[in-house]
Amino acid sequence: MKKTLALSTALGLLASPVLADVNLLSWGGAYGNSHLEAYAKPFEAETGIKVTMADADNPATPIKAMVEAGNVSVDVASVEYADAVRLCDEGLLEEIDASILADAPDGTPAEEDFIDGAITECFVGTDVYSMILAYDDSKFPDDAKPSTPADFFDTEGFPGKRTMRKGAKFNLEFALMADGVPAEEVYDALSTPEGVDRAFAKLDTIKNNVIWWEAGAQPPQLLADGEVTMAYAFNGRIFNAAHGENKPFNIVWDGQIYEMEGWVIPKGAPNVDDALQFITYTTSAAPQARAAEFISYGPPRRSAAAMVGNIEGSDVPMGPSLPTYEENMTNALASNLDFWVDHDAELNERFNSWLAN
Amino acid sequence: MSDALDPHAAVATTAGGVATGRLTTADGRPLSRALARSQMRARRRAFLLVLPLLAFILITFVVPIGQMLQRSFHNDGFSRNMPQISAWFAENPRGTDPDEAAWAALAADLTAAAEARTIGVVGTRINYDVPGTRSLFTATGRQVRGGIEPPFREALLEINEAWSSPRLWNAMRVASSPYTVNFYLASMDRTRAEDGSIQKVPPQQQVYGMLFMRTFWLSLLITGLTFLLGFPIAHLLATLPMRKSNLLMILVLLPFWTSLLVRTTSWMVLLQQQGVINDILVWMGVIGGSQRLQMIYNQTGTIIAMTHILLPFMILPLYSVMRTINPSYVRAARSLGATSWTAFRRVYFPQTLPGLGAGALLVFILAVGYYITPALVGGSSGQLISNMIAMHMTDTLNWSMAAALAALLLAAVLILYWVYDRMVGIDNLKLG
Repeated sequence: MKKTLALSTALGLLASPVLADVNLLSWGGAYGNSHLEAYAKPFEAETGIKVTMADADNPATPIKAMVEAGNVSVDVASVEYADAVRLCDEGLLEEIDASILADAPDGTPAEEDFIDGAITECFVGTDVYSMILAYDDSKFPDDAKPSTPADFFDTEGFPGKRTMRKGAKFNLEFALMADGVPAEEVYDALSTPEGVDRAFAKLDTIKNNVIWWEAGAQPPQLLADGEVTMAYAFNGRIFNAAHGENKPFNIVWDGQIYEMEGWVIPKGAPNVDDALQFITYTTSAAPQARAAEFISYGPPRRSAAAMVGNIEGSDVPMGPSLPTYEENMTNALASNLDFWVDHDAELNERFNSWLAN
Repeated sequence: MSDALDPHAAVATTAGGVATGRLTTADGRPLSRALARSQMRARRRAFLLVLPLLAFILITFVVPIGQMLQRSFHNDGFSRNMPQISAWFAENPRGTDPDEAAWAALAADLTAAAEARTIGVVGTRINYDVPGTRSLFTATGRQVRGGIEPPFREALLEINEAWSSPRLWNAMRVASSPYTVNFYLASMDRTRAEDGSIQKVPPQQQVYGMLFMRTFWLSLLITGLTFLLGFPIAHLLATLPMRKSNLLMILVLLPFWTSLLVRTTSWMVLLQQQGVINDILVWMGVIGGSQRLQMIYNQTGTIIAMTHILLPFMILPLYSVMRTINPSYVRAARSLGATSWTAFRRVYFPQTLPGLGAGALLVFILAVGYYITPALVGGSSGQLISNMIAMHMTDTLNWSMAAALAALLLAAVLILYWVYDRMVGIDNLKLG
């Protein structure tokens, strides 16, 4: 009798999950660490729901594979905005009802508190990152520091090699801005064949002076090695090298192109309710502000932006290092998702062909 | 005496089957059937032994690769989600102008796909053939989700003029069948014109043909370089006294056991413009400080790093063959008056061919599919076709295109393998 009881209890335990669980798929590195410290740990402490984290190079790729294979083991994933919209249109994501989002501390409704485009049917933004011009301060005299996108393309006035991301996205926009196209007209220009030709012509002027990077960790390394004097790279990577490792890297915010990352729930996720609870908690103002103290990606909530404190482990305020800081936004371009979804393949093929010849 | 040792002879004589003209076993069954049965049993046992491996290869290799390659010619993103317009295309031959029935079918499919959230899949499929149309589908889908009123042609054109484009209708007709060769056409820098004929893509879009050529040319070059560098080392290894050759062997194997990424990054440290080699050259005064050599992030970098990484695959088969070559052959040739060059060319070298063949094939096939090293040190001129496959897998998520490129690469390698078999013979291969 006792034996049967023990056995049935054991079976019962096996059948029902012991603990509610959120399986989080993130990016690893400093960014994944900000998710762990600012989101996962406080969430566990507050709700008792365990968060299990895993890393991927780009979580959008495994999500596509998982949902198509009908074997989903992820509840929440951090993906880029463009991938979120694409996956959502392909029916691979659960819809997220915006009413679950927490209001700002002062009572402003969530929809008004988030910046434009941060909430879509399947996606809630967690941070804003950007591509910025960074340079090695020690390589330029005090009276000739790069300060505009045009300086990046001026190898006479600002000697040295450059490094840019290997791909059409970001580079074509940056080239047009350097050629004098105002931020708000960049995508109109790129929609015409003349505009694309103009961007490639501008890239031609520095083609022989560019080392192309593929992994986000490469630009700070190339700057540190002295291989390049300027980089067009993700702001978070440059920030970490400058503050974490005391490298003399400066950021020029003029000509930054910003994008968003955020949460999605793959279709058929095992614990949707817990995942929603996790999203509600992590997109409320306080954890958003906390996450921005670990990595220089700006919170997409206005109320959270005001609450960001000092850089974790120092007494330097994080605010001015965020892409969303007001003074950094003067000539900033919001990456146009629809444009790239439509022209990604075409322009990348042309870019690869341009690169190879 | 020999009868006693031969089991078959023993069976035949004890059964006395010779007299009747039919061989039987001791218990009277025909010998041929008994033999077949016992061989069958042995074969079944052998099959059961390899079954786990066979199942493993099937499940982890053949099936997934087959499924992946199937995507290169089968993409039902449009046909599955747009059934009505696909049916209209099937009923009406090419050249028929879309009538109101067609527009109605299109509108109904768009509404259904928008509600089922599959409109993105549909748009993605058409966007492969007509760039810039994905947002046309998703934007239209958002507007028609609540339903759409006839006349459908006018209603759709009001949402977006682009719906009347003949190129778009042609692309939809092609996509209405799940089977397509378009991904193969694109892999060969070809596309379909508006009338459906095949033509070359504009010069600034052509990239794959050139990359295939470069991949095979560089692989051939790297195979040649590993041969030139590896042959003397393998010879040394095979002829030096044991203690010295063991030390040398460790030097060959140590990098072989080191992570690929570590070796690639070491080359970055050595070769870059502010790197060790350039520093030494500048220090020695060979080059000036402003003339530092560009040895990495270009084709040179790819060739150097890949040659080094693939070198053990050439040395090891060569070494294992050279070990077995009897030195007395060369000595005999020399004693008969051959010069050392003739003795090498006529006697020694031909005996190393099986190892050379194996090494060359290994290095070449590995080089053709190499991906991480060119991605890291190749810059723009050192990219190989595998980098494009990776881009389509992870960046553009166009898996059909990746599969088509991979299938072409696989086919090219198989053809080369066949040519190799005809010219050298696979039987002459010796891997170790």
